[in-house]
This record gives sequence, C-alpha cells and structure tokens, in this order.
Amino acid sequence: MKLFKNKSTAGLLSTPYMAWALIFILVPLGMVFYYGLTNDNGSFTLDNITTIAKPGYLKALVRSLRLAVISTLVCFILAYPLGMILSSMKLSKNTYIVTLFILPMWMNFLLRTLTWMTLLEGKGVINTILEFFHLPTINVINTGAAIVLGMVYNFLPFMILPIYNSLNKIDENVINAARDLGANTLQTFLKITLPLSLPGILSGITMVFIPALTTFAISTMLGGSKILLIGNIIEQEFTQLYDWHLGSGLSIVLMVFIILNMIIETVFDKGGNA
Amino acid sequence: MGKDLITLRNICKAYDGTTILDDLNLSIYENSFVTLLGPSGCGKTTTLRIIGGFEKPDKGQVIFDGQDITDLAPNKRQLNTVFQKYALFTHMSVAENIAFGLKIKNKSDSYIKDKIRYALKLVNLEGYENRSPESLSGGQQQRIAIARAIVNEPKVLLLDEPLGALDLKMRQDMQYELKRLKEELGITFIYVTHDQEEALTMSDHIVVMNQGYIQQEGSPETIYNEPENAFVADFIGDSNIIRSTMIRDELVEILGAKFACVDKGFGNNKPVDVVIRPEDIELVAPEDGTLTGVVTDLTFKGVHYEMDVETCGRELLVHSTKLSAVGTKVGIKVDPFNIQIMNVPVSEDEEAISETV
Repeated sequence: MKLFKNKSTAGLLSTPYMAWALIFILVPLGMVFYYGLTNDNGSFTLDNITTIAKPGYLKALVRSLRLAVISTLVCFILAYPLGMILSSMKLSKNTYIVTLFILPMWMNFLLRTLTWMTLLEGKGVINTILEFFHLPTINVINTGAAIVLGMVYNFLPFMILPIYNSLNKIDENVINAARDLGANTLQTFLKITLPLSLPGILSGITMVFIPALTTFAISTMLGGSKILLIGNIIEQEFTQLYDWHLGSGLSIVLMVFIILNMIIETVFDKGGNA
Repeated sequence: MGKDLITLRNICKAYDGTTILDDLNLSIYENSFVTLLGPSGCGKTTTLRIIGGFEKPDKGQVIFDGQDITDLAPNKRQLNTVFQKYALFTHMSVAENIAFGLKIKNKSDSYIKDKIRYALKLVNLEGYENRSPESLSGGQQQRIAIARAIVNEPKVLLLDEPLGALDLKMRQDMQYELKRLKEELGITFIYVTHDQEEALTMSDHIVVMNQGYIQQEGSPETIYNEPENAFVADFIGDSNIIRSTMIRDELVEILGAKFACVDKGFGNNKPVDVVIRPEDIELVAPEDGTLTGVVTDLTFKGVHYEMDVETCGRELLVHSTKLSAVGTKVGIKVDPFNIQIMNVPVSEDEEAISETV
C-alpha cells in the first residue's frame, strides 16, 4: 500500500524532517568530527583520539564500560523474569503493572536521581532509619555501586518494555506445541521462549547499555567527584576546560563502542531469525 | 469398531464460574477418525485441550490405553497436537521444526534425517527442509505442523480446527489429504471443527456438542439422516423442523395432513418434532401431493435449485434438480423413510442434555 500517490507529495511532506535531520543531526555530527580530528590551529591530527590511551582517560573508559555492562546485566536479570510474569498475566492486570513501572518516567530524571542522593547520603534518609534501629549504617554514596543503582533505577523500564513486548507476542500455542512435542519446562524455555524473545532482549540491552555508557549526570550526582566516567570527562572538556577538540575526539571514541554494540545486535538478531 | 483408546469419564470444567463441560463421558476407539463438532463455545476445543493435557479438568478422569493420565503433563503423553494457527517455531527452519520432538528424545542424526524426509514426503512437501516457515503459504504451514507432529509416531493425533485459516479450495483439498494420511498412518485422529461439511467428509464417528453436552454421536450417515434433536438436525445441514402430532405408530400429522412414517414408540396423539431434509421433499402435481403449496422463492445453487414453498402458513425449504417457477402451485410428497421423528424438548435444559440413549 502506498500512502502517497506521487513522489513529490511525499518529498514535500518530508522536507521539515529532512531539514531537522540536517540541522540537528548531521551538522553537529560533522562538527564533532571536525573538532575531533583537528587541533587549535585547524590542522589535521589524531592526537585527540589517541589521548584515550593515556592512563587517566583509559581508566575512565574501562570503568564506564564495566559499570555499563554491570547495569545492563542487572537490568536484564530483573526485567526478564518480570516480563515473563507480566506476559503470563491477564491483560487488564498486566497493563496496570506496566504502567506502575513507567510511572516514574513521568518525573524528571535529574530529580529522581537527586532523590537517590538524599536517600543514600552519609546522613541521608536510609542511614537515619538504620541508626534509629541501631543497625550498622551503609556507605554507598560516591561508590560504583551507587552509580549502578542509579542507572538500573533509571534505565530498567527501557529493558522491561521491549522484553515484555517480545514475550507477549509469543503465541501461547507455540509454547504448548513445544510441550506437546515432549519438551519439559526448561527445554521449552531455552529452545523456544528465549530465542523468540531475543529481539526484545537485544533492543533492551541497547537501550540500557548506550545511555549507561554515556551518562554523566548519574555519575556526577551519585559518584561524587571521586568516580569519573568517560561521560564526565567529555562533559568537563566542553564545559570547564573549553577543549572542544579533545571533547570531540573522546566522543568519537565513545561512538565506536556504540556502533560496535549495534553491529553485535544486528548480527545476533539476524542469526536468531535465520 | 475396535477397543477403547481414550475414555473421558465425568469430565467437568468451568472458567470463572462459567460451565464449559458438564459431566462429559466419551469413548474414542482405536484407529478411528473422530470429529468433535459444534458451534463456538460448545466445549469441543476444551475437550481436546483436556485430552492433550493443556487443561486440567475440575472433575473427572482421562483414561488413555487403560491408564489414568488426568494429571500427566503434555510432554509425557503419547499423543501430538496440530494447532489451529499452526504454531510453528518461526526461529527454526522447516527441518528443525520437524526434528524438534525427535531431538528432545535424543534420536540419532541419521534417524532424524530419515524421518524428516519421510514426513515431508507424506505431506507432499519434499525439498522444503531449509525453508523458513514464514515463507510458506497457510496450507503448507499446516502440512509442516502435521509433519512435525506425526514424526513422533503418536498413537493419537489431535487436530484443533486445523483448516480454519485456509481458503475454501485449500480446505477441501486438505480434507482428502487428512483422510489419506489417517489411512496411511493407521492411528487415531481426534478432530475439532465447527464445519459440518468437514465433519461429514472425513469422520468415521461424529460427536455433536452444544453448551458443554454431547447432543448425539454416531456415524456421519446416522447424524445426518437420523438426528435425535432439533439442535443436531439444524446444525448438520439444512433442514425443515416442524412441530407435529404423532397420531400412532408409523403415522404422523404434519401441518394438518397425515404422512406415513417408519418411527414407532412415540405414543398416540403426542406432540413431536419432525425433521425433513430439503432434498427429501418431492414436488409433484398438486393433485398427487399429500400437501399443496405455492413456490415463493427460487435460487439456482449449481447442483440443485433451492426453493421456498409456502404451505399452511409455513415456508418449507426444498432442494430439487427440477425447477418449479415462483407462483407455481405444487403438491408436496415425502417418502416415509425420509421423515425423522424427534421428541419435543420439555425445556431448554433438556434440549441441551438429551443424549444418545
């Protein structure tokens, strides 16, 4: 079915989008590449990119990757069973619960992360309660654990929704067919449910991994100034040190990891559908 | 006909307080093609799912080959199911779909390979091993679903409206194909459908169900020619159901005229329901008929004409290869063997319950 009869109508209607993409996506991207590959004199250099190999930067990148992987894993471990429970429930009930999970997203993301700060602080809400009951206090704020907690809390819905959608799409009779052909519960899960929900898992991983890798707000608030992620360093280059060249160069490095993630996803997705 | 393979005893099942099956008893013989036939919501699919193990009855027993399998999981039952919308594994190739059950049972690779080839040959889809199920037509997908089930050599194949999603021509082809498969495999088929034509074409034994009760069971001929109540008569093919009076054995008064019949034992001057199939009404010259009427409507149906004949304030449906134009005065004759007498239901409940006695 064709929505538009002639091409010129479609072309005309897509002009605003094309203009938008040009101004807000292509031009900034071009600028990032320009700054990233030049120095102050405007001549070509790879120094901005190779800076990532310097100890301090490399450490931040490795730390970012580690925390992003951990957060993605935790999100997956929490989201998958929940998705299975939700998809096995009746429609009226599960939309209610899905809404509950989306509800926090209606609040500003910075505000929610700030709340975790006041909860986790040395003299914060949680420790005050623990002290009241004479229990040992916890010291989570300004650690990697706090950052992971913040990322899991903020990005969990992005993992739940695609997984839940892909599980929900599986015909109940396909599961029944596997049982009918002799598969036990575990075999049915491993050979049918898991592979059929793979597209949801992959998009969930992408939607959590990429923001987790690039975040600077969560690490600033919950990691204090002690734990620098690559996102924080890039932010500092732009906002405090005014070194746009280095900031852009590091951004390009980060882009490589994001593209790598997407390539892996595409390969897996194709493999699953073949 | 052979020995009982599956016996359902006093099966009850309700969902959210709505009764689906009420005290259902059913025996299925070995090597038969049994069809559960009825309108949607009659409990036929639930019965099949209970046999398959996907539903547990609230009460009652499922006996399979002498053993109580009521609580047995579906993967432990010696039967396989062909589902309504095929339920193929879309992330696997055709060959992988067919091999699924055999791989679970740890059969050797060469055995699996032979079985795949054999099954694809049986369903006329040789050379489709590496295709993706999604690239096949509905009919082909259904054949793969059948192949996937039969490679496991089940004693019983359950089929849940397997032709429901196919177009008419494909459906008719598949009916003969299923009949042939049944002969070649020599196993029991339990088939669920709401299509009476499908049931009549394929089955050895038809179980007509309505509102969770078995209305009548028997051979296709018995079900068609000797329906036991108005529901069966109406559901299987077209019929004229007329409230009449049984004057005495072998004589019934229909619309004020006396007709000879062959039924006995309904008592004298008792109200009964009479079923006359449209093709059993003979239109003759007015003076030769037991009743007279006027043709009010005429439709050409291909193999026959369909006519409405008004007589004594009632319209009768008549199928005939001979044309009588609209407005023609005609005589109506019915052979005594073609008049089927049924008891009048006392209440709606009884209508639902009245089973084969």
